[in-house]
Amino acid sequence: MSWPLLILLAAGSYGLKALGVTTLGSVVERRFGSVVALLPAALFSALIVVMTFEDAGQLVLDFRVAGVAVGALATWRKAPLLVVVASAMAVTAILRALV
Amino acid sequence: MWTRIQPYWRDGLAMSLAVGVIGVTFGVFADAAGFDLIQIVVMSALACVGAAQFVVVGVIDSGGTEAAAVGSALLLVARYALYGPVVRRFLPSSLPGRLVAAQFVIDQSPAMAVAQTNGRDGAGAFWFTGVTLWLCWIAGSVAGTALGGVMGNAETWGFDAALPAIFVALVVPHLGTPEGRVAAVVAAAVALGAVPLTAPGVPILLSVVALAPAALVRARRQPRPGEGEDSEPERGASR
Repeated sequence: MSWPLLILLAAGSYGLKALGVTTLGSVVERRFGSVVALLPAALFSALIVVMTFEDAGQLVLDFRVAGVAVGALATWRKAPLLVVVASAMAVTAILRALV
Repeated sequence: MWTRIQPYWRDGLAMSLAVGVIGVTFGVFADAAGFDLIQIVVMSALACVGAAQFVVVGVIDSGGTEAAAVGSALLLVARYALYGPVVRRFLPSSLPGRLVAAQFVIDQSPAMAVAQTNGRDGAGAFWFTGVTLWLCWIAGSVAGTALGGVMGNAETWGFDAALPAIFVALVVPHLGTPEGRVAAVVAAAVALGAVPLTAPGVPILLSVVALAPAALVRARRQPRPGEGEDSEPERGASR
């Protein structure tokens, strides 16, 4: 990869993050006030479905779903994060090995 | 605060280790696609944008142009700007402080910050998670270039299920209110619907429209919340 584009990627990434914690952040806070508190619920939930069902731009069903479901069950049973992650990975890996 | 074990250390570390291993797979992938070590380190340390780095390498590896690779990656990175308003209250008030903090705005660090019950723990969780995750991501990327074919496909080990599972645990505290549940359900539906129709990254950006119905639900539940800045000044009726 050429250096100018790599630098552009790094600068663009940092710029977007910095924009959020400076200008954009304060504008959004002023305009929308406490609605911002609902952003994590929306963003995390969107991340979950995309990370679970997306592959190469398409919706797919694979063993990630089973792993994430078990992770959700562990979360519901108030298991520590380490257990949530480990059980999700284990279920996905075992199903892939078996099928 | 450094003498006492903080409850967020364990979760922050667990997350960072999982992300570190995903970093290893990134290193393997980028190495195989012909990226040299210095470029891999620069990308992981300076950009540090997780999934977007896989997109860059993937697009270039499959014969796409470098400009297309960077364009689609930045689309995926755009959501990090949305975390700004979420984490602002945990960050230093000085501009230089904020600009340093910006580098550590990743999905997990704002999530850990808002999961804490008070502002000081929130700030601690942001910095702890952000910095350890950053270090693990870089270390993982470097290790990946050395490991090459040793560990094989990360999917064999189920690592692709680790990230969504982390976010399941992180979204739960936000589902305690009706408006939180509306935001989550509508956002999931919007993102799912958008995946086949839009470029990677766009579904997550579009999910912010879920805030409209969620705000409506909240307004109905608690009429007239105390945010006055936007309301029209009530002048006397001049009919």
